[in-house]
Parts: sequence; C-alpha cells; structure tokens
Amino acid sequence: MHDVTHAIRRRRDLIVAAVLVALAACVPLFVKDVYVQNIMVLTLMYAGLSQSWNILGGYCGQISLGHALYFGLGAYVTAILLTKFGVLPWFGMLAGGLISALIALALGYPTFRLGGHYFAIATIVIAEIAYLLFLNWDWAGAALGIDMMVREDSWLKFQFLRSKLPYFYFALFFALAAWLVTWWLENSKWGYWWRAVKDNPDAAESLGVVVFKSKMGAGAISAFLTAIGGAFYAMFVSYIDPDAVMSFQFSLLIALPAVVGGIGTLWGPVLGAAILIPLTELTRSFIGGSGRGVDLIVYGGLIMLISLTRPDGLLGLFSRRKKEVAR
Amino acid sequence: MTALLETRGVWQRFGGLIANSDVSISVGRGEIVGLIGPNGAGKSTLFNLIAGVRPPTQGTIWLDGEDVTATPATERCQRGIARTFQVVKSFETMTVVDNVIVGALVRTTDMRAARRKAFEVLEFTGLAARADVMASELIPSEKRRLEVARALATEPKLLLLDEVLTGLTPLEAQTGVELVRRVRDTGVTVLMVEHVMEIVMPLVDRAIVLDLGKVLVEGKPADVVRDPKVIAAYLGDRHAVGS
Ligand SMILES: Nc1ncnc2c1ncn2[C@@H]1O[C@H](COP(=O)(O)OP(=O)(O)O)[C@@H](O)[C@H]1O
Ligand SMILES: [Mg+2]
Repeated sequence: MHDVTHAIRRRRDLIVAAVLVALAACVPLFVKDVYVQNIMVLTLMYAGLSQSWNILGGYCGQISLGHALYFGLGAYVTAILLTKFGVLPWFGMLAGGLISALIALALGYPTFRLGGHYFAIATIVIAEIAYLLFLNWDWAGAALGIDMMVREDSWLKFQFLRSKLPYFYFALFFALAAWLVTWWLENSKWGYWWRAVKDNPDAAESLGVVVFKSKMGAGAISAFLTAIGGAFYAMFVSYIDPDAVMSFQFSLLIALPAVVGGIGTLWGPVLGAAILIPLTELTRSFIGGSGRGVDLIVYGGLIMLISLTRPDGLLGLFSRRKKEVAR
Repeated sequence: MTALLETRGVWQRFGGLIANSDVSISVGRGEIVGLIGPNGAGKSTLFNLIAGVRPPTQGTIWLDGEDVTATPATERCQRGIARTFQVVKSFETMTVVDNVIVGALVRTTDMRAARRKAFEVLEFTGLAARADVMASELIPSEKRRLEVARALATEPKLLLLDEVLTGLTPLEAQTGVELVRRVRDTGVTVLMVEHVMEIVMPLVDRAIVLDLGKVLVEGKPADVVRDPKVIAAYLGDRHAVGS
C-alpha cells in the first residue's frame, strides 16, 4: 500500500511539472515585451542552475559557493570552441559539461575530505582563483573577453539577432531537464546515498554507503548541468568576460533559489527562482547599473537570514502548514 | 568450523590511554553474545574496531575466516557486519522508511525491491505504522528500533547492538529482548553491548565481561554474574547491577 502512495506522489510531481512546462511554453504567445521575456529567460535559467546546484548542495549536503567556476567554464569552453575552432555551440555545450564534470572530480578529490564550512570556503577560493586565471589569460581574451558576433539568425549556431523566443524555449528545456534529472535521481540509489551522507556520514558508512563516491558523483553531475547552463548563457548574451560569467555573484545567484525555496527538495529551486530572479532583475533596473555591490550584500544577507530562521526554505513553510491542518 | 567473528590480540590506544588491551574474543554462528562491563571498559571501542570505524593499533579481526582488519566500515557492511550506534544516528531529514531503504540498498539497486525489503523489516521491528513519519519525530525508543531496522535491512550475518536496551522502560526493554530473540531466530548472529547486566543476562547464550580494556571473564550468564571478579568490577557502579 505504501508502495502505491510513494508511486502516486512521484507521478503527481511529474504531472505538475508537465502542466507547468505547458503553461510556461504558452506565455510568450501573450507576453511580447522583450524586457519581460528577458526576465523569464533568466528565471528559467536560474531555476535549472539552482536545481543543478541542489544536487550537490541540497541532496548531498556539500554547500558549494563556487559554482560560478562551472558556470563560467561552460560559457568559456563553448565560446572558445565556437570562435577559435568553429565548433557548433551544441557540441561546445557538451564539451563544457564534460570538462566541468572532470574538473569537479579533480577538485572533489581533495576538497570532499574537508568538513562542513571548510568545504564551502575551499569552493569560494578555487572559483576565485579560476576567475583570476581567466582574467589574465590572453588566449582566452583576458579581461576583454570573447565576442561571439551574431551575424544572422541560426539554430545551428544557436544565435538570434532580435527574437528572445529560441532562448526562452531552450531555457525552459534546460530547467525541465535539470528537474527531470533530479526527479529521477531522487528515487535512485544515488539519491538515497546523498541524503544519508548529508544527514549522517558515519551512519551512512555503517550501512554500506560509499561516502566519498557519493560526493564525487553528486559533484560531477552538478558541475555538468551547471556548465550546460553557463554555455547557454554565453550564447544568450553573445559576449562574455570573466566578470560576466565567473564572478562570485553567480555562485550566490546559483545557490540562492534552492536555499530560499527549500534546500534538498525537488521543487525548492523552481519556487525560489520564480520568486527571486524577477525580484533581483526588477531591483537591479530600479537601482541602476551601479548596484553590483548592493546585490552581493542583499544575496549574502538573504542566505544568512534564511539559514538562521527557516533552514527548510519556503516549501518548509508550506509543508508545516499542511501538517497543522492534518492534525 | 571457524567462528563467525574473531578478534585476535586486539589493542586500541588513544594517545596514552589504552582502551582495549589484548582482546581476543570469538562469536559463533547463531549465538547471542553479550559484551558487558562497567562504563568506560572499552566496549564501544571494541565495537567500533569490529565495525571497521578504525583499524586497531595492534591485532587482527576475522570475519568468516577472513582477515578484515584493514577493511573499511563500508565494505564490512557489504560483507555482512551491521551495527547500531550507542548515541543514535538517524537520518533526521528522511522518513522512517527512507532510513531503512538506505540499508536495503546495500543488497540491491532496484528501488522497488529495496522499498519492499524496508517495509518487511519495519513490519518485523514493529515500526510499520511510523513508516512515513520523519525520523526526527520519533520518540527515543522508536529511534533505537529504527537503528536496528536499518541494520537488519542490510541483511547482516552479524548484528552489533550497542546499548539498544539501555534507558528503555521495562515494557520497552521486554519488547526489545523479544526482538533480539526473533532476529537470532532468522539466522543472524548477535553481539550486543549492554551496561546493565540484569537486562541482558536472561537473553544471551554467552557473556564476555570487559574491564579496563581487558577480557575479565567469559562464560555462561549464570556463572558470570556470580563471579567475584565481575562483582568487584561492578562495585562502585551500583545501578548497573540492580535497577
Ligand atoms: N575516540 C576516542 N578518543 C580518545 N579516547 C577514547 C575514544 N573513544 C573512547 N575513548 C576512551 O576509551 C575508554 C573506553 O571507552 P568506551 O569504549 O566508550 O567504553 P564503554 O563503551 O565500555 O563505556 C574511555 O576511557 C574513553 O574515554
Ligand atoms: Mg559504550
């Protein structure tokens, strides 16, 4: 009987996702405003990015504040392959994902042995070092960055002069893909291993969970998906430099929706992104271009506030109320 | 036939402190063996060595005739040693059944099979009604049972229980005693640490008394409780003998 309720719950999630995607797909038919479409693209992209982050940070409990590294790597690999070697961004995207996953494994090898806060600090430091490397790497454009020069509309090159719609649909696909991967993994050996590792690594080990391997798996999958998002972003903005794709604010923006919506939950990143990204975009245009420092303070403050007062995020609020009603 | 578990001349030092010195014990298949001794005798330390938390400073540990001294905890579980923790270590943000599924996944990657196994074990341990509750919401005696359930889901040959009966009400303890008997009846060998002799003596086939890190006495429960050395060791540890 319980088997059935579990299966029903999972199917319900799938149906809700299908309905949401169908609804989202229709929105551009009615909303023609480019500024609003832009916000929708970013919201979907961050939903997918935060979902990817959530696999490592939420499910496996390894809080990374350096995902800007994988985001930036996805963007750079795609941009460099396209401009220097003429490789189509679809392949660049995959290459960026694979390279990021490999780097996540190489970095995870020493850092996953670190406990709690030290891991988070290490991720910040590593991402910052990578940022500085790209800032000084002439072949990769250094501080000037890389311009992908859009000349014509092309699906092959995933470049579009005026319309935001192709980007919108790809962002929707990306968000859905990250969600589906999470949905699938949640009910797999990996998903169970991750949550066990997060809650109590000693107990997990005693039950045959290979703790280190669990973290490595989560890190690789999370980095791969994050890099796909970064590759998309590079094509979306068509010009990248270290500040535009690898600065610390991306690490925060990638983590924040999951933390706000509900860390380690299937719907948390979606909910968090839907609330946060439009909000940040609106305040940014309100404050104006000078607002970068302010952004960082607001994000950092939010993360602290939420982890102190409501560690289970907005979804936790919801499920708590449901429980009270049930009583 | 060799014993299921054997420790040969096991030593554990923590800096200057010797927690286990030259401990050689063996546990045969199908036995319930009690490992008792006053507080600080080194019982949990020996447990951790058997479970593979750390390798002993000196000596070897044998499972099923194979040397597992260097085998890490994860692999010992795969090889058939399961344990509970004296201070319970539930997966607090997971439901009761999900806690048990983690254990079941050692033997299968099929989620349906793991879930089925988990419910079987929850039924067996009397936790089925609490399956969908968060582990953090369980009362202490239920958390103890969840530890046992999780361990049983790994289908162990040897089950290590660290003070699972301590601190329970008499009724809860009785239920626990019966659970351990039923576990043994399914063919699992049990090595249980208890601090309070009165609870375990009627349950175990054989008792090993540890004192100051050494094996003090070993034998039938009835003989062990009357042994003057054991009584002396427990003196000054009054509430452990009676209750
Ligand atoms: N990890 C450790 N580091 C240092 N000392 C320890 C450690 N674990 C146990 N001890 C010490 O070893 C001795 C035996 O402890 P323990 O095995 O927990 O006893 P028991 O379980 O029989 O009450 C105690 O003096 C304890 O303080
Ligand atoms: Mg102890």
